[in-house]
This record gives sequence, C-alpha cells and structure tokens, in this order.
Amino acid sequence: MKKSITVTINGTKHTHDVEPRLLLIHYLREVVGLTGPHIGCETSICGACTVSVDGKAIKSCAMFAVQADGREILTIEGLSADGKLHPVQQAFWEEHGLQCGYCTPGMIMASKQLIERNPSPTESEIRHGLEGNLCRCTGYQHIVAAVKAAAAKMGA
Amino acid sequence: MIAQNFDYLTPVSLAEAFDLLNDPGAKVMAGGMSLIPMMKLRLAAPERVVDLRHVPGLNKIQQDGAMLRIGAMTTHHELESTPLVRAACPLLAQAAAAIGDVQVRNVGTIGGSIAHADPSADYPAALQALEAEIRIAHRGGERTVLAKDFFQDTFTTALEPNELIVEISVPLEAKCTGASYQKMLQPASGFAIVGIAARVSMDGGKVSMVRVGVTGLGGSSYRAANVEALLVGSEGSAADIGKAAAVVAEGIDANSDIHASAEYRAHLARVYTARALSAAIARAEAQ
Repeated sequence: MKKSITVTINGTKHTHDVEPRLLLIHYLREVVGLTGPHIGCETSICGACTVSVDGKAIKSCAMFAVQADGREILTIEGLSADGKLHPVQQAFWEEHGLQCGYCTPGMIMASKQLIERNPSPTESEIRHGLEGNLCRCTGYQHIVAAVKAAAAKMGA
Repeated sequence: MIAQNFDYLTPVSLAEAFDLLNDPGAKVMAGGMSLIPMMKLRLAAPERVVDLRHVPGLNKIQQDGAMLRIGAMTTHHELESTPLVRAACPLLAQAAAAIGDVQVRNVGTIGGSIAHADPSADYPAALQALEAEIRIAHRGGERTVLAKDFFQDTFTTALEPNELIVEISVPLEAKCTGASYQKMLQPASGFAIVGIAARVSMDGGKVSMVRVGVTGLGGSSYRAANVEALLVGSEGSAADIGKAAAVVAEGIDANSDIHASAEYRAHLARVYTARALSAAIARAEAQ
C-alpha cells in the first residue's frame, strides 16, 4: 500500500505517494529528480549516496523513503548558496579532491558533517571520519588535503 | 527498489507496537541498519515493517544510582559521543565507536543491533564483559535478562516475537577499573572476525576483578570465565596475561568462513584477549 510522505529537501517541501519498498536514494533520484547523490554499491558500503537527514550524514540506499517522512534532507544540490560553492565544495575543487567524481557528492556530505563535529580534525581523524566513503581513483591523499583546507577555511 | 513489497507501520506508543506485533508477518525495525540490508538480500521478507521511531521514551541515556540506563533506540553515535557514557562506561563507548562507519552509527541502534544478534557484532562482547541487564517489555509486563542468557546462538536471542527491548543497563565503572575493546575487523564490512572486551580492576598491585567478553569466535558471544579465573589474584604481568589468554577458545566450536578458518579465529582470540587485557590493566593502573 502506498503511503503519502512529505519531505523537506534542500529547503523545499515535497509531497509524494510512494511504495514503502522505495529506497530513499531512488526517491531522490527518480521521483524528485536530484541525481547528485549517486548509487555506487547499493549495499551501504561505498557512501556515494550519502545525504544529510535531520543534520546527520546517512546512506540513502539504506533507508526507505517512508522513513524520511516529516524530516529535512540536504543533498549535494542544496550546499551552494547565492551562486557560491560551499567551503567544502570549494576546497575539493582547489585541492583536486577528485578524479572521476563519482564518490564526490557523498565524500563532500560526509566531510561536511566531519568538520561540523570536529572543526579542526587531524589527518588521522579525517581518514577515520571518512571510513564510510570509498574512492577508487585518488588514493584519498587529495581528499584528505581538501578536508583539511575546508576545515581551515570554515574555522577562519 | 527491493523486490518484496510490505506495509510500513509507525506506532506512536509501546501499546500500539505490541498490537501490531501480534501479526506473525510483522517485523520490528529500529535503525534498520541490519534489517534493510537483509531485506535487500531477500534474507528477510516481512509483510509488515513496524518502525519504532515514533515510540517515545526509547532513546534516553540516564544515570540511575550505580547503573547507566540506555534506551533501546539510542544510536551508536550517541553512545560513542555522549560525555556521560564515555566517562562512566568507556567500554560501551569504545564498542559503539568500533561499529561499521559513521553513517551507519548515525542511524543504527543498540537495541536493534543486539536483537539482531549477529555473531560478529561488537556490542555483545562489551555487554558480556559488563554483565549488562536487558529490559524486555511485552503487553502487560516486562522482564530483565542478563547478557549471558540473552545471547543464545547465531541470530538467536531470548526475545519472543511479541516482545521488545526497551532498555540496556550497564554498571558505572569504578575508579580502579580499566577497560578495552580490541577487534580484528573484516576490512570491507567492518564486522569483527574476533572481538574481545576486557574489564580489569587493580587493588594493591593485584587483579581484583576481571571480566572478558568474546564476539566473533563462536555462534554466540560469551563471557570467558576460564580466562578470568586464571587472571584474578595475579599481578597481571605479561606472563599472567599470556597464560590466561591461552584458554579463551577452549571448548568453543569456532566459526569458519572465507575470512578466517576456525583454527585462525581461535588464534586471533588468544592474541586479542592478551591485547585487550594488557590495555585494560594499563588503564586500571593509570587511574
């Protein structure tokens, strides 16, 4: 039986009837049309589908859309404001924190939470804090540099 | 989209949840970090999913005398980051921090994890070493089960289908006690191939109390009373630790899978028991 859900996504309210078995990532991409969050492994390992629900980074392939009813979601599309990139996005750009870019939306959402919880993380804290996100291109070096740069910028 | 459709129900009270659980096709969901992957793999195909997120009162952390009472819907992240838990029961905070990754810890709950009773889960080792009490409610009553009786076998606990875990209670650590959770993890999943939780109290240079909980080795977590008996009363030297850790796998039918043979798991259990005991003793002595 379909259920009506109302979700605030990037500041805009959306109401849809969805089947309970619809995963949040499929809802975001196929119903709402936000293709920023990516589907990598779909087994809650890779983190490419990471979005923020009520301020917490979660893997949207491991949550049903019905569970998001009444909650606030932030996706990569909602990060920039007034034509300006979010400091984490800007730092990934400047530090070349990506190659193919597939993991990037999830990396940035996870990095944003990491810096919010720990404004000046050490290298080890950054590496540990991104344990839920896999990148197959960069070897992580430039991602870690980007998070460091973003933390410095956001603290400034 | 997963293959099997289901009804999604969100009770707003325990009484309503018990009503819904009378249906044999119903399955409880807490954070969903075990159930949803099981549904994707078609290992679980419930007709009705009963999500507890709107049931009030299940996610508080409270100190009550010498005990810390933790609501079943408390997330792993709340346990690893709450100052009261980190100070009063560091072993539980350490075990919570060892689970999966940060996105999983933001959603997954202690009640959901222990009800699922994965033989490689992290909490059971800590809860065995802490001699935790698990408060279980059913329509019209409740009961309390000790961790050693709660975890019965692989994915099997003392929970009946019409019961819900409401609270987990652990003791506040005494000043002279040190604790450590050490695990060998499977790098892709983060699950423990073997995980050992140790608590040690030192008094006058001697081990006055020791508790050892083991996960990942056998079908169920357990408390290694044989290790404890060998170590208590000793000085806790490296030789004492080695002698005690050597017996941790005795009498256990060790798991064997593509990640580790039974023989290798038993070896890891001995190595990680020694590491956990050493770390716990060092922390107890530093108090």
